Amino acid sequence: MKRLNKFIMYLILTLTVIITILPFIWMISASFKDIREIFSYPPTIIPDDFSFSNYLQLFAEYPFARNIFNSTFIAVTATTGSLFFCTLGGFGFAKFDFKFKNQLFLVLIASMLIPPQSIMIPLFLVFKRIGWVNTFYPLIVPGLANAFGIFFMRQYMTSIPDSLIEAARIDGGSDFYIFLKIIVPIVKPALATLGIIFFMNSWNAFVWPLIILQDIELQTIPVVLTNLQGVIYTPYNLIMAGSVISIIPLFVVFMFMQQYFISGITAGAVKQ
Amino acid sequence: MMKKNKSGLIFTSPFYILFLTFMVYPILFSFYLSFNKWNGVGEMEWVGLANYINLFRDDLVWKSMFNALFFFFTYVPVMLFLALVLAVFLNSNIKGRGFFRAAVYLPNITSLVAVAFTFQLLLDKNYGLLNMFLSYLGISSINWLGTPLGARLSIDMLMIWRWLGYNTIILLAGLQSIPEEMYEAAIIDGASKVQSFFRITVPLMKPVLLFTLVLSTIGTFRMFTEVFILTGGGPANSTLTPVVHLYNTGFNWFKFGYASSITYLIILITLILSMVQMKLLNEKEVKS
Repeated sequence: MKRLNKFIMYLILTLTVIITILPFIWMISASFKDIREIFSYPPTIIPDDFSFSNYLQLFAEYPFARNIFNSTFIAVTATTGSLFFCTLGGFGFAKFDFKFKNQLFLVLIASMLIPPQSIMIPLFLVFKRIGWVNTFYPLIVPGLANAFGIFFMRQYMTSIPDSLIEAARIDGGSDFYIFLKIIVPIVKPALATLGIIFFMNSWNAFVWPLIILQDIELQTIPVVLTNLQGVIYTPYNLIMAGSVISIIPLFVVFMFMQQYFISGITAGAVKQ
Repeated sequence: MMKKNKSGLIFTSPFYILFLTFMVYPILFSFYLSFNKWNGVGEMEWVGLANYINLFRDDLVWKSMFNALFFFFTYVPVMLFLALVLAVFLNSNIKGRGFFRAAVYLPNITSLVAVAFTFQLLLDKNYGLLNMFLSYLGISSINWLGTPLGARLSIDMLMIWRWLGYNTIILLAGLQSIPEEMYEAAIIDGASKVQSFFRITVPLMKPVLLFTLVLSTIGTFRMFTEVFILTGGGPANSTLTPVVHLYNTGFNWFKFGYASSITYLIILITLILSMVQMKLLNEKEVKS
């Protein structure tokens, strides 16, 4: 009976993993196929006619190298900048007292209730007025000091003993010096977790890049993949090759830093 | 002791500057805009409440709300049930827990655009993998993306596939916080595995389950990319979601005034949902 239970458990888990992995296998497989083989019956898992030509064509006929650079540049800039401002903001809320602090914190929490996509129309018009359409600014600047990041860092910093900060203050360090020399080194694990969340969100972002980036030279990977789709004909072979490239960086990061991904998810949940 | 000086205010001010510029101002601006007719380039024309009146007459608004509800009531129960089962399995003494956990979480870190295009291939009526498997079971080919019900179920499948692992990890963290002694005591009292699941696990997991439910509600009302790529909202608007309708109204039809009234409707519904859920969460916290 016990062994049967174990068997059923492994069976269900294995089936789930197969279903989970299958789309990835399908994506990779299709990226090495000719378009005619993608649309042939019965479908093949291992390509009959294995070739790298989709990848070569993607780089030869489209500015795909430039698109990879754009995605990377935006994600790295947004992540670094957001980490700085969110840690600073979290420090401000965790370790300082100031006028209307509680009310201001409540505003910060409440701002998370408004879905960012819901204001896409007026926000686009704002970007248009200040000349930010078709630039990277809308994808980096508005999220620099975001409510989630500040809240996350504040929660983490409340456990830092005040005596540490007091000691540095007696030594004559300014508040910003204390932030750089004492706080930042202590919160490194939280920075890793938050950094992964920011990078992932930026790398995979779609709605705003789609709205803002109009020139193909400026587009990020997800947007350029969408634009390959034509009205009559969609080159799935090229889209799959681009898709494989787009998922590689996060897969690699995930392999080495899995625990930070997990702690990012559970950070909000365990409190409940 | 906390220091009282300007530093705290200075350190937190970037958020408020960005919040005022890129959230408060656009929301106020769209309030004004929602009383106007504007295509984005010409003159604005004051139309009073006309946009809000049209909102109630617009079948697509109600259809998109209905679709969101349909998605919510179909994929969320299935997903949370499966996630709870997986979490219970992963919480028991099994080998390779780390591997299973990592594998089911993988879909969540992948670009939704890449995944949605892959699902188009998997769900293809003639050449898709899913219909091939179904044909082995003797089920004739289903037009997943070309029929209203098929397209809705396709979105459900994509949502479950992408979010199952994420919810499993949250529920697993919840399970790990239940003390082992409670189960041991139940075994001594002669309770079976199934009994202790329903008498101990489920009640103690209620707050965590509620938390995942809240996340899913928010997620469902924000759905955009899944639909935009996989079905484009079709066929016959059967998978149109509120945010996709908002996008179309603004960026395809250039009705910025009317789109602003949709913006307000979405914000209003989200706020009501959030308040109901916060109340639920707080009540549970008091009780537990």
